[in-house]
Amino acid sequence: MTFNARKDANGVLVIEVDGQLIVGNRQELKQKVLDALEAGERKFLVDFTKTGYIDSSGLGVLVSLSKKIRDEGGDLRLAGLNEDLRTLFELTKLDTLFAISDSAQDALSAF
Amino acid sequence: MSQPLRSQLSAHLARIGAGERGFEAELTMAVPSRIAVIEEAVEIVARHLEAHFVDRHTIRFNLRVALSEALSNAIIYGNAEDPAKRVRVRVRFGRFTVEMEVADDGVGFSPDRVPDPTLPENLTRDDGRGLFLIRHLVDEVRFNERGNSICMILRRA
Repeated sequence: MTFNARKDANGVLVIEVDGQLIVGNRQELKQKVLDALEAGERKFLVDFTKTGYIDSSGLGVLVSLSKKIRDEGGDLRLAGLNEDLRTLFELTKLDTLFAISDSAQDALSAF
Repeated sequence: MSQPLRSQLSAHLARIGAGERGFEAELTMAVPSRIAVIEEAVEIVARHLEAHFVDRHTIRFNLRVALSEALSNAIIYGNAEDPAKRVRVRVRFGRFTVEMEVADDGVGFSPDRVPDPTLPENLTRDDGRGLFLIRHLVDEVRFNERGNSICMILRRA
């Protein structure tokens, strides 16, 4: 499981979650985003196209990052959730808290 | 019949007599109380059940997330990540039913007192969604009286 980060042409930091986003690696994602925020990045997209499953700790880290990014005047968007992952957000009502796009492309054009 | 699967996780698979609720095999593991082993423990269980259980999707998603949550709770809250303590996992399964028991050495908790994470005042909390997800992803959840052992059941026709 890895988090691949790249910067798109419009300055959005795109982070792909390859594998799981769970209690065992959430800290790694958190640190990556916080470091980038510290370095001045303000637009973030987390892409779940290659993600297997997310646990409650993974959801929790997204909530925490979303608050921190917003506090700094930034924007966090999510994309690429398959039906199962989307269900997790709907069950927990976190779909009301996040800007969720079907694809990374859709999310990028929404910034 | 019993065979070692992964020495690090002390996993064993045993055939059990057909009969009781259609269970055919039992997988047992003593999982070290370390967050880093949760994913591997979940994968071991899922891999064994995927080829056997009638609905592969249920194993791939519902079982993985629910077991991951139960192990997290047991390791973090139950055993306080004490490396000397193990979390006991027992999975009994047949083609149509999976029963997973996850037990820790903690003092237990009262599942009914866990606040609803979907209430507006809890929505922006970083934690508190684990048990909620388990309840939605499996068909039946039971606890022992002390509250240090959870039993999660998945059924498919």
